[in-house]
Amino acid sequence: MKNEKILKSNNIPLYMVIFSVVVLTMPLWLEPIGAAYPDLLQKFAIFGIFAVGFNILFGLTGYLSFGHATFLGVGSYTAVWSFKLLTMNVLPAIIFSMVLAGIFALLIGYISLRRSGIYFSILTLAFAQMSYNLAYSVLTPITNGETGLQLSKNDPRVVDGLFVEVGQGIPSTNLFGLEMSGYQGFYFCAVLLIIAFYISLKIFNSPFGLNLRAIKSNQTRMSYTGYNTKPYLLAAFVISGMFAGLAGGLLAVTDPLAGAERMQWTASGEVVLMTILGGVGTLLGPLLGVGIIKYLENIFSSIGVKELGDFFSFVPDSMHAFVVDFSSLFVGEGWHLTLGLLFMIIVIFLPGGIMQGFDKIKNLMSKKDKE
Amino acid sequence: MESSFFQIQGVNKTFGGLKALNEVNLNVEEGTVHAIIGPNGAGKSTLLNCCIGKLIPDTGTVTFKGENVVGKTAYQINQIGIARVFQTPEIFPELSLIENVMIPAFARRDGNFKLNWFKSLMQEDTIYKEATDILENFGLKDQMMHHAGNMSRGDKRRLELAMSLIQHPKLLLLDEPTAGMARHDTNKTIDTLKKIKESGMTKIIIEHDMHVVFSLADKISVLAQGAIIAEGTPDEIKGNPVVQEAYLGGADDE
Amino acid sequence: MDTIIIQLLNGLDKGGAYALIALGLTLVFGTLGVVNFAHGALFMLGAFCAVSMHQLLTISKSVKDESIKFFDAFKEQPYLEIWWGDTGTAIIDYSVPISILLAIPLMLAIGIAMERGLIRHFYRRTHAEQILVTFGLAIVLQEIIRHFYGANPIPTPAPATFSGSAPVGSLVGLGENVVYPWWRLIYLGFSLSIIGAVFAFLKYTTFGLVVRAGMADRDMVGLLGINIERRFTIVFGIATIVAGLAGVMYAPILPPDYHMGMDFLVLSFVVVVVGGMGSLEGAVFAGFLLGILQSFAAMNEVKSILPGIDQIIIYLVAVIVLLVKPRGLMGKKGVFED
Repeated sequence: MKNEKILKSNNIPLYMVIFSVVVLTMPLWLEPIGAAYPDLLQKFAIFGIFAVGFNILFGLTGYLSFGHATFLGVGSYTAVWSFKLLTMNVLPAIIFSMVLAGIFALLIGYISLRRSGIYFSILTLAFAQMSYNLAYSVLTPITNGETGLQLSKNDPRVVDGLFVEVGQGIPSTNLFGLEMSGYQGFYFCAVLLIIAFYISLKIFNSPFGLNLRAIKSNQTRMSYTGYNTKPYLLAAFVISGMFAGLAGGLLAVTDPLAGAERMQWTASGEVVLMTILGGVGTLLGPLLGVGIIKYLENIFSSIGVKELGDFFSFVPDSMHAFVVDFSSLFVGEGWHLTLGLLFMIIVIFLPGGIMQGFDKIKNLMSKKDKE
Repeated sequence: MESSFFQIQGVNKTFGGLKALNEVNLNVEEGTVHAIIGPNGAGKSTLLNCCIGKLIPDTGTVTFKGENVVGKTAYQINQIGIARVFQTPEIFPELSLIENVMIPAFARRDGNFKLNWFKSLMQEDTIYKEATDILENFGLKDQMMHHAGNMSRGDKRRLELAMSLIQHPKLLLLDEPTAGMARHDTNKTIDTLKKIKESGMTKIIIEHDMHVVFSLADKISVLAQGAIIAEGTPDEIKGNPVVQEAYLGGADDE
Repeated sequence: MDTIIIQLLNGLDKGGAYALIALGLTLVFGTLGVVNFAHGALFMLGAFCAVSMHQLLTISKSVKDESIKFFDAFKEQPYLEIWWGDTGTAIIDYSVPISILLAIPLMLAIGIAMERGLIRHFYRRTHAEQILVTFGLAIVLQEIIRHFYGANPIPTPAPATFSGSAPVGSLVGLGENVVYPWWRLIYLGFSLSIIGAVFAFLKYTTFGLVVRAGMADRDMVGLLGINIERRFTIVFGIATIVAGLAGVMYAPILPPDYHMGMDFLVLSFVVVVVGGMGSLEGAVFAGFLLGILQSFAAMNEVKSILPGIDQIIIYLVAVIVLLVKPRGLMGKKGVFED
């Protein structure tokens, strides 16, 4: 069903206009659910880019990478270094982020893609762990180890030094003078998300995208059909790695520091999760997944025992303590427990994610119509 | 001997002590249909696999228009114009029929790799038309938006044939194109194959169904226990006592 | 020479833990065909069995401290000591070995529940889905532990008798300098005997024969008879117990915390892949091999030549092995090749 739509969706401009309007008006329509503040909106957009990119690899080719957080981390470190050495302007920072992440992806992908299936997952995992461990240990001069890489007043910033006088304190990131915090930061990320989504839409609709889906469906047949599948996979891997690098760069743009924990394999697991939750291989699914997870994370992790006590005030006293205690398992620091459960429920009952759920509902509706 | 269109020379293949192919020689003339028949386990599929890069023969050469294809990868062999239809249908089950047919068409046009990621499928009018035409020829056009995986076995096989034909291969290898088909489907397939025969495409066909073999083949080779035991026109083969004994007379049922 | 022996021993006990976890992972891969990302969490649960047993045995009440005469001082004294005196103290001292008694039935119960409740429904799903659902389960398990035990590592002492170091050197005539903690030596012996027991079970029982046949040829699994579901459950239960016991005994070596499972899981996966998917011998061999390599890479002499090598050695070896010998060191053909 999915495929029919892809071949028929010849109305890309209209699709993009609607998408752009929806993304750019997020501060308005997210207001009622209390999600319309810049920090969270930025996260939506940034992780949206990450997930859209990951989906190009996992969704189209079926190759499950457990190492994509590496590229996120590389992107962040690169961006912070660009701020430290060159300029606080964000454009060079994100360009460098993407380029360096792309180079990393090319190297890691070239080696990992020599194997497929679970071996591929383990290889990417091994590379991710290597990068993470090295960032914490010998690469400390570059990554500043556990403390994380931060800006300081004494950074050279050679390009900025040519144009503006060195002011007091640490300057903030900007786009030709426009400060990249708050809503401005969000709009910058949102525009990039729209571009990223456009690219992903084009890829999904292109012969290249079709070939990637064919690789997922039957790789052997692809070889007998005359395709050298390796460069296709590598291209998808590098593109998705660059998206991850861009997301990592943007994380540094909105908050200029970078730490190794961003590269941990559980962080790779998170993007897998967001993609799966929304619907892997669908265009909008990964974005839905990002929205839901980041929103829930935001709500759940901010709830404490006190809030729970108020919320359950209607429960009889004898039960009150128990109910509060039990539900406190799932909130605050226990957010990850909720996340794990959510993840299991989705994989068990709805492996196609929320988008599959929509399809099911739609099918039910149309059946009813016919009756 | 002058080098012919497609030539298998002195091919041997052993699987752990078991001789699957023994000094097989085969010449296929351009524009002919060459059938390979033989009892089960005679090594027919192994022979085809040696031609398309799935297996590498222990010794011997397989030459296509004077070029040795042994050691080339599967996709390289396809790109020089050899297509293969498998015994069990090898299609893209999760994709729609039209996509299944467009993919090989792109391979023919774009080569083994092209990063054409910014062109929309909708703009590929020529390929799209070609794909719909071939599906129409095969009577599959009204299902073209359906998932290939949901089709009947016979339809899957015909789809696979369409996937091979859209590439306009110079040589088509068919591994039992009608195996497991109902009589009605078999006849449809024979008609299709006859139609392409007129187009002058060279074909090597492995087949059990003698009705199919005798109605299509220009030349027949009989393979038994890994070796060619007879070769000739259909009439010669029909009258050959060695073949009668080794194959036609023997109890061979699937 | 002495340093080399010490490093070798250091590598062996860690290798023992890797080998035990990898053994269970491989058993489950080989027979059930399931990639279990929650296997590390089972190791972690085992370690927390030891923690819980220690906490249970040392439930205390406040008693007057007689040794302080100047004022009324109180100290915490475990009930066991109050009731049984020295016997109680001894029992507390041996809390880690005692928790094995708790761990076996508990881990078996967890294993059965997990297999019946979740894993069973994923036999026919893709490996990616198996990885994802067990990854989710691993998160859930570790978060539950964190909720009840907190985020900090909990030191769990080995029995006092074994707290010192064994003079391994003088025992084998290599010099006084070669000493090695008793408990690690015990861990090594323990893991070797568990490995031996599992292999003996697989080799000398009919059940084991069936399991090995199934591992040698996945298609055979379907022919294993009507009790196949029960057999799968038992295999999973065994794997769970092995991981759990590995965790119990490891508690004194590494104070357990909630994410130790994940840390060991990634390493154990690498071990399994290096050893060869589906090969039990490979898992054990690669476990010890990587443990030893890791410990040698941590030597200062090595680190000064190749900085950071200790951090990545295992993964580096994995990458090289996978590229040079795609099936792993002892992998068989046709296992987990898509």
